[in-house]
Amino acid sequence: MTAQRHDFDAAPFRLEELPWSPRFSLRVRPQNRAALEGALGLTLPARIGERSMTGGTEVLCLGPDEWTVLVPESGRDALVDAGARIYAQTPHSLVEISDREITLRLSGPQALTALTAGCPRDVEALQTGRAARTLFDSATVILWRDGADSFRMDVWRSFLPHVRAILDKVAAELKSGL
Amino acid sequence: MLLIHCPYCDETLPEAEFAYAGEAHIARPADPSALTDEEWRDFLFIRTNARGPHYERWRHIHGCGRFFNACRDTVSDRFLMTYKAGEERPAHATLEAAE
Repeated sequence: MTAQRHDFDAAPFRLEELPWSPRFSLRVRPQNRAALEGALGLTLPARIGERSMTGGTEVLCLGPDEWTVLVPESGRDALVDAGARIYAQTPHSLVEISDREITLRLSGPQALTALTAGCPRDVEALQTGRAARTLFDSATVILWRDGADSFRMDVWRSFLPHVRAILDKVAAELKSGL
Repeated sequence: MLLIHCPYCDETLPEAEFAYAGEAHIARPADPSALTDEEWRDFLFIRTNARGPHYERWRHIHGCGRFFNACRDTVSDRFLMTYKAGEERPAHATLEAAE
């Protein structure tokens, strides 16, 4: 007789909703990027997927002319004012999208396994300290890799019940050793 | 699943992140009202329907959001190359070198 061994893990990964914080979508033509960097006091990475941190403000390059800006609540008005002041010289679009997405944090030894349930991309190949806009089972998400087994996932709020339902199901399966 | 190289992200990513957007290098006529009905029909509806290398548009919709062009072999479904929108259509010699 053969017996299959299962490794049971009571807590395969932790899933938590992070508290609300302001979020902006920034779009500017690549030739105006440097001018805007100076005006806003931020570093806008030029390569897609790269991130920068200035003070408490985190910037991620999503496309050739698109960035997402996570700013602490205390710095929001200053950022909007700085954008308004430079607008005439450097045309750009700085739109607040704080209510559009909710951020989940996935951490724990099997966080990577849980993500592979929904992401077609090779999540393991995503380097720590980078991020990518990708797909989680038909929902567009932004996946931030903060550590080897620590991720943040920005999900549009209307897709959140769907994404959570899948992750809860995956957690149940991993707990039972499947 | 097909793997597609996005020329903007410079990464090879799964097809699920992309959307197909029809044949590439079809220029909209500068003055549509000057065209005959036949010319307008050809612009709107008549496509190459190639057997072999086919130039087509794709959009990295669940990624950088950019449209780009690709040359895909319609027989083998292999992507011969992808290049940024606005760039010249690569010659067949370039394609063979890329293979």
